[in-house]
Amino acid sequence: MSLLTDKKLLMGNEAIALGAMEAGVQVVTGYPGTPSTEALETIARYANRCGIYTEWSSNEKVALETAAGAAYSGAKALVTMKQVGLNVASDPLMSLSYIGVKGALVLLVADDPGPHSSQTEQDTRAFGHFANIPVLDPATPQEAYELTKLAFELSHEFEIPIILRTTTRVSHSCGDVVVEAAEPVPVEAIEEGFVKDRRWTIFPKLTAERHPWLESVQEKLSERFSELSFNSVAGSGKIGIIASGVSALYVKEAIEAVRGFEELFTLFRVGTVYPFPEKAALSFLKGIDRLLVAEELDPYLEEQALQLIGKAHLPVDVYGKKNGFFPVSGEYNVDIVIDSLNRALAAYGESLRLSHASPAVSREKLPPLPIRAPALCAGCMHRAVFYAFKQAAKQLKKESQTDTIFSGDIGCYTLGNAYPLNMVDTCLCMGAGISLAGGLYHTNPKTKQVAFIGDSTFFHSGIPAVINAVYNGANITLAVLDNRTTAMTGHQPHPGVGITALGNVSKAIDIADVVRSCGVEYVKIVNTVDPDSLESCIKAAKEAMNFNGPSVLVFKGKCVGITKPDKYYKINPEACTGCGFCIKELGCPVINLDGDKPVIQDNCSGCGLCAQICPSEAICIGGVKL
Amino acid sequence: MKYDILIVGVGGQGVVLASRLLALAAMKAGFHVSTAETIGMSQREGSVSSHIRIGDKVSGSLIPIGQADLLLGLEPAETVRNLPFLKEGGKVLVNTHAIPPASRPPGSPEYDPAALLSFLRAYYPDILCSDFTELADKVGTYRAANVAMLGAAAGARVLPFQEEILKAVLDAEIPEKYRAVNDAAFERARKCIRSVSGT
Ligand code: SF4
Ligand code: SF4
Repeated sequence: MSLLTDKKLLMGNEAIALGAMEAGVQVVTGYPGTPSTEALETIARYANRCGIYTEWSSNEKVALETAAGAAYSGAKALVTMKQVGLNVASDPLMSLSYIGVKGALVLLVADDPGPHSSQTEQDTRAFGHFANIPVLDPATPQEAYELTKLAFELSHEFEIPIILRTTTRVSHSCGDVVVEAAEPVPVEAIEEGFVKDRRWTIFPKLTAERHPWLESVQEKLSERFSELSFNSVAGSGKIGIIASGVSALYVKEAIEAVRGFEELFTLFRVGTVYPFPEKAALSFLKGIDRLLVAEELDPYLEEQALQLIGKAHLPVDVYGKKNGFFPVSGEYNVDIVIDSLNRALAAYGESLRLSHASPAVSREKLPPLPIRAPALCAGCMHRAVFYAFKQAAKQLKKESQTDTIFSGDIGCYTLGNAYPLNMVDTCLCMGAGISLAGGLYHTNPKTKQVAFIGDSTFFHSGIPAVINAVYNGANITLAVLDNRTTAMTGHQPHPGVGITALGNVSKAIDIADVVRSCGVEYVKIVNTVDPDSLESCIKAAKEAMNFNGPSVLVFKGKCVGITKPDKYYKINPEACTGCGFCIKELGCPVINLDGDKPVIQDNCSGCGLCAQICPSEAICIGGVKL
Repeated sequence: MKYDILIVGVGGQGVVLASRLLALAAMKAGFHVSTAETIGMSQREGSVSSHIRIGDKVSGSLIPIGQADLLLGLEPAETVRNLPFLKEGGKVLVNTHAIPPASRPPGSPEYDPAALLSFLRAYYPDILCSDFTELADKVGTYRAANVAMLGAAAGARVLPFQEEILKAVLDAEIPEKYRAVNDAAFERARKCIRSVSGT
């Protein structure tokens, strides 16, 4: 180990990556998901140099199983995902806790209170509890770095996977981090390799044998956690506050403004949340007469504290989410924590109140502001496909009175729901659009079902749903929007691209071939790149919707985030009649009204979609960009 | 010492890069630092803000309401939106170059940048504003508006560290081929703000 210490400005995810490399991680797998993605990306930058096997797996279940195989072989493995990804990986995880690991296995799972870019506000601390997997909960990039190293140590020592749980404000905030090694160094080769043993094959008998072991690990870890400095007590007051993760920082900031707060409050910060450090918690609880619980998402610490208070017959009143003093949803901040603490202080007759800073301008005084709703990018290929299906559905309605239901999916194409496209009628989770369309087909025989899915999501969990549609005769049309990347999370490659996480060329899996081999008889590839492709897209959509049986269209384009435009369009004000069709129909973010006529701004991507729908032919290629 | 800076703008304006440069400069000046970006679902054209907390010790990465010492607004509407974060007597620096919202869903208010700028002036009479996008465009590219605003902040002496430190960070962080235009934007903005603010 290097003795050199260095201070760096690191994002929480980068700090985790450096911590993992310092701990000697040898195998890293994951599936991109905001806010977890940068951890694997950071390691990928050092992977070749340091000899770390790194991959983007096709989904989180596969990522966890791959990492588990590596850990069975004595390797130190890391697997990264967001909270909803853990649901996908939960099947192997629940069994893995019984089996245990050799080497070490750490799961980085990033929660998203708020939520900023997620379908759920679920709490991974509760998942750890459910799965009997220890959970560490850092508050800052520095703690994320240190707890990552601890996670590898504990996983190795106790032979159990460990979850390093972060939230958006830890994973995505940057701070000055003191790191031990200035640069990651090459890791050791995996020496032992896999050794055959019955312990690796889960079987009812083995499960029965392992369950007592699994329970005993929880007890041992609880003891160990009670001694760690990541669980710290500050102050000596009778008003106790318990908090973990970034909420603990909000509490600190809220009470630090109070004169003499050390004599009023005792703050117990929990960094190792599951198994609960009972011994440390008990000695904290014995010194206080009220407990305020500040935590985002689930009342996890609250439940742990309540149990302990009951078990030890302590005379402590508890103020948390369960009795309405703290919000049960959403992201916290200092102001929310101050309000909640004040409510609790008032409820038991304490006269002290924590004060907010007062802004010169409050939110109520602001003038009306334009809404910046999330929108598909300028020139996004999805806009053309959504628009084409919209037209095709209109024609279908006219010709045969058939309504169409559009099932979306997770990713950029969720944005197809935005005004004015309004093309997403259902959206549930990765890959669900196809199966939902199947369910809708079996129950709405008079309507046409169209499902949209992206290329990365197709590989993630779309394929079994395609097979199901074929096998069970769901007459749906599937549009795969292949933009050659995983765009929403920052352009990671996937099996359809034929490039690995490290940028090496690999076998590209052809989506059309896959669906054909799943038994789909109607498969067509449609190019969306040509500037006059709209008509062919509409025609293809109509034909596929009229096909009797499952039909698949693979739309091939390129995400504008990975291409450079070579032309841009502009509107000829002479020819433009000001009908506003281009604005009202497409929602391209770079077409704006200037007075009574639209103009196209500099950042046009040159897709030409607007030119194809302008009834007056007023939109044309404006020149060649430098 | 404790100094909170909020940088706000629209996706694609370089809010995150600007906050990184400030954070690195603060670290170089010997402070602790913490930053947090609040970026919504929209990768482009959406509201973006970055919180930078600088001090002898720092706690959470989000600036509470009414506590920012400095608000750097790369776009007028986004500046107004985030005004409640600014403390009484805080400093505001605004780019007057307006970016209208991407789509206008029914019911979305009209965007009137001039009205918003005069609203800003009413609350903060000593506000510093200029069209930094145009300024940057003149020296090479509109994309350097973020760096121009850092130059203006340095010129107005509203940063908690020496401008030489920021300059050094800029030179180290900005790739060689963009350095000249960013340097020019920084310098031009620094000088013209200094003459306006009379410091
Ligand atoms: S060509 Fe039209 S639709 Fe395409 S990006 Fe430019 S303005 Fe938007
Ligand atoms: S659709 Fe054509 S004619 Fe109508 S407003 Fe747009 S540019 Fe002008």
